Amino acid sequence: MPVSIHVRAVRTDRADIEGAVANAFAHLRRVDSVLSPWRTDSDLLRVRRGELDPAAAHPWLAEVALLAAEAEAATGGLFTSRLTGPDGSTGFDPTGLAKGWAVAGAAGHLQLVDRVAFCINAGGDLTVGVGRNLDGFASTWRIGIQDPADPMGIVDVVEVSSGAVATSGGSARGPHVVDPRTGLPVDRSGSVTVVGPDLLWADVWATASWVDEEQATRLMAHSHPAYRIIAHP
Amino acid sequence: MRRITVWVLSTITVVVLLFSYRTSTSSRAPGTVVASGTTGNGGAANADPGVGSASTAGASRTFTGDAVSTRYGPVQVQITVAGGKVTKSVVTQVPWSERRDQEINAQAVPVLNQEAVQAQSARIDMVSGATYTSDGYLRSLQSALDQAKL
Repeated sequence: MPVSIHVRAVRTDRADIEGAVANAFAHLRRVDSVLSPWRTDSDLLRVRRGELDPAAAHPWLAEVALLAAEAEAATGGLFTSRLTGPDGSTGFDPTGLAKGWAVAGAAGHLQLVDRVAFCINAGGDLTVGVGRNLDGFASTWRIGIQDPADPMGIVDVVEVSSGAVATSGGSARGPHVVDPRTGLPVDRSGSVTVVGPDLLWADVWATASWVDEEQATRLMAHSHPAYRIIAHP
Repeated sequence: MRRITVWVLSTITVVVLLFSYRTSTSSRAPGTVVASGTTGNGGAANADPGVGSASTAGASRTFTGDAVSTRYGPVQVQITVAGGKVTKSVVTQVPWSERRDQEINAQAVPVLNQEAVQAQSARIDMVSGATYTSDGYLRSLQSALDQAKL
C-alpha cells in the first residue's frame, strides 16, 4: 500500500527533516521485512513455515503477537490475527495491527524534529503529530473521510492536531474483512472511521466496528474510552 | 496552500509502497519510492529516501503494469516516469469504480484523492478511507514500477 509522509514546517528543505523522513521510511521497511505476510523471507513467514525458531526471530514478532492477543481480547474476538494469507496457509498474521504499530515507530523519528507538524498516511489510515521545541507552532490537519460509495468523494471531515484516524469498510472494492466469529466476509455497504490517540488501536477498533459496530462500541467504551467511532452508511 | 498558523507553511510529501505484494519475478525489496513532491508556498525541496536508481533527468517514459485479475474485474495501472520519479499514474481498468480510464493524475494515491477532493472545493489535507489497498491496483502498480526499475 502507499505510505506517505507529509511534513509541515516554515521551510521543509532542512537536513534534519529530510533525515527524519528517511529514518521513518527506513523503520517502516524494517518492520515490513520482519512482519510482512507477503515477503517469503520475513521472520513472520519463516516462523510460520517452521524454518525459524520463534525464540530466534526478531523480537518485534513477539511484541506484535502480544499486542494482537491484547487486541483480540479487548474486542471480544471481533479482531483476529489468525488469517489466511496470500499463499493459502492460515496462521498468525498481525497485519491488522502491525501497520499502526510500524507507523507509531516511524512517527517517533518525526517527533524528534524541531518545529514541524507531520502526517503519515498508510493506505488510508493515518497518524498526525508534531515535533518538539514547538515554540507555539501548531498545525491542524483536516482529514476527509472517503465516501464508501465513491472513492473520489468525501462524506465527512475530522480535524486532528495529534492522533490517529483509521477507516474500515467494504467500499467500492467489495468485502475484505472477515467476521472471525463466522468466517464469512462482512458484506455490507458503508464504512466506519475511528478517531483516537494511537493508530494501532484506531485501526483495530475500526476493523472491529466494521464487523460488529454495536459490540465494538460497547467494548471500546470500556477499554479505550479516548476513541470514538464515526459510522458512514 | 496552507496558512494554518501565523507562519506560512510548506508541506513536503513523500510516498513509498510498503506492506504490499511483490511481483513474482521481482527480486527487489518492496519498499519502493513511488513519488515525492511538495505543496505549499515555500520553496520546499524533495527528500528521496530510498531511491535506488540514478536520478538522471531524461525524457519521460510510460510503463504499463500487468493486468491483474481480481474477483471484481481486471485492474491495470500505467505510470509515467521522468527523472527517476513517477510523475503520473493512470488506472486503465478499474473494476472498483464506474469511471473507466479514470485518471489518477497526481503524485501518489493518497495525494491524488486529496486533490480530487480539493477539486470538489472542500478544503482537505488528507483522506482516510478503505480503498487504497486494492490488491489488484497495488500488484499492477508494483509490476509497472518493477518494469521502470525505480
